[in-house]
Amino acid sequence: MRRLLLVLLLALSGCSAHASDGTRVTVLAAASLTKAFGEEATAYERAHPGTDVVLSFAGSQSLVAQVQQGAPADVLATADPATMGAVRGELEDPSVVFAHNELAIVTAPGNPLHLTSLQDLTRSGLKVVLAGPSVPVGKAAAKALTRAGVRVTPVSLEDAVTGVVGKVRLGEADAGIAYVTDLGGGVGGVPLGGTRTDLAIGPLTGAGRAFVQFVLGAEGQAILKKHRFQ
Amino acid sequence: MRTRPPLALVLPAALAALLVLLPLAGLLTRTPWARILELLGKEQVRQALWLSVRCALSATLLALLLGVPLAWVLARLPFPGRRLLRGLVTVPLVLPPVVGGVALLLAFGRRGVLGPLLEDAGAVPAFTTYGVVLAETFVAMPFLVLTVEGALRSLPTTPEDVASSLGAGPLRVFRTVTLPSVLPALAAGTALTSARALGEFGATITFAGSYPGRTQTVPIAIYALLQDDPPAAYALSAVLLLVSVSIILGLRGRLR
Repeated sequence: MRRLLLVLLLALSGCSAHASDGTRVTVLAAASLTKAFGEEATAYERAHPGTDVVLSFAGSQSLVAQVQQGAPADVLATADPATMGAVRGELEDPSVVFAHNELAIVTAPGNPLHLTSLQDLTRSGLKVVLAGPSVPVGKAAAKALTRAGVRVTPVSLEDAVTGVVGKVRLGEADAGIAYVTDLGGGVGGVPLGGTRTDLAIGPLTGAGRAFVQFVLGAEGQAILKKHRFQ
Repeated sequence: MRTRPPLALVLPAALAALLVLLPLAGLLTRTPWARILELLGKEQVRQALWLSVRCALSATLLALLLGVPLAWVLARLPFPGRRLLRGLVTVPLVLPPVVGGVALLLAFGRRGVLGPLLEDAGAVPAFTTYGVVLAETFVAMPFLVLTVEGALRSLPTTPEDVASSLGAGPLRVFRTVTLPSVLPALAAGTALTSARALGEFGATITFAGSYPGRTQTVPIAIYALLQDDPPAAYALSAVLLLVSVSIILGLRGRLR
């Protein structure tokens, strides 16, 4: 019994370690940043020995909801500045645009159906997935479709760009609208010119500032470039 | 004189009750009751409610049509591998629903085992309402099979034997003797099955995706709304909670 209690206490103390106890930085980042921020975290840990970066990825709107519900985090990075706006009051410093991305049509590898324009997505029988209207990539895609005067009836509205790419990679959908940074890695497709998007980052605690500075610095920016962010 | 109940049991018991009751109370106190009709009237919410009702009813019906015969076969028909089958068909009871969704994709998805066949027939269930019904039936039917099969097995077979000896055919015996005597279990199983179907989330979102009016059932709508319209998510959650409470009240006594 006593041993059980001890285990329980240890487990609880493990859970309650605060997000910003100096050795741990918790970063909430948009799903589109999954690969790039994985590398940012490794590089940051190398530059700050003893620091542990904990990453959590989801659709930006979902991260913002988590912050509003009091999720302990030090840094928030969203796929557009508008989504960040909802938690302006929670930020330690104002958020800044730290990278740009561009929309892309994602398809099966090699683009076997030759889908090269938004117009092509209206072909009958084509299964297209988009992100939901509150997800940054969904918002940007809806804007691009409206501007092109194209109406697409998607088969599913995903809650993050990774959901769009995943459904296409599985072959359950023929195409989706995601980002240029998603091309390669199991999906083909083409960039959609003239659809630049801005990514925003901001510190939620004092401890998050150093990570934000790192991402804005030369090394952080080089990593983003390597992952095809502009 | 009665001895005092031991604190070592009463205290954790009280904590356990609180653990269950506090979140329910939290939901009910935070539900924006004054605006509930307006929130439930939103198009996305109305679509989700109507879709959920249709899908849960279809899944329950499908589970009755297929699950009751399965329960009968498992309870009455001796055949090799029966025990194994009995165990396997109840796996979805404990299987994480998302795993169920992945399994459904690998069976009925475009790249699944039956994918090419279904594609030729123009009946790929992924991303369709029919896919939602399939996912809900997969997850919920075992509740019906388990309940009805249990009742059938504990039923004395004498009345059935008498009916057959009086010349009733096996199907007539099933219809007029067997089925009426397991009616309480059938009702309880149906209620549990429909509740489970109504609440299905993981298998559905994995297998059928999320599109308002087509595959976005109430639980999936709650998940989506929590990010952009929390009050609407609370209102829908309260509705599902009330449905669950009514089902439990309706089952009171049946489950003992």
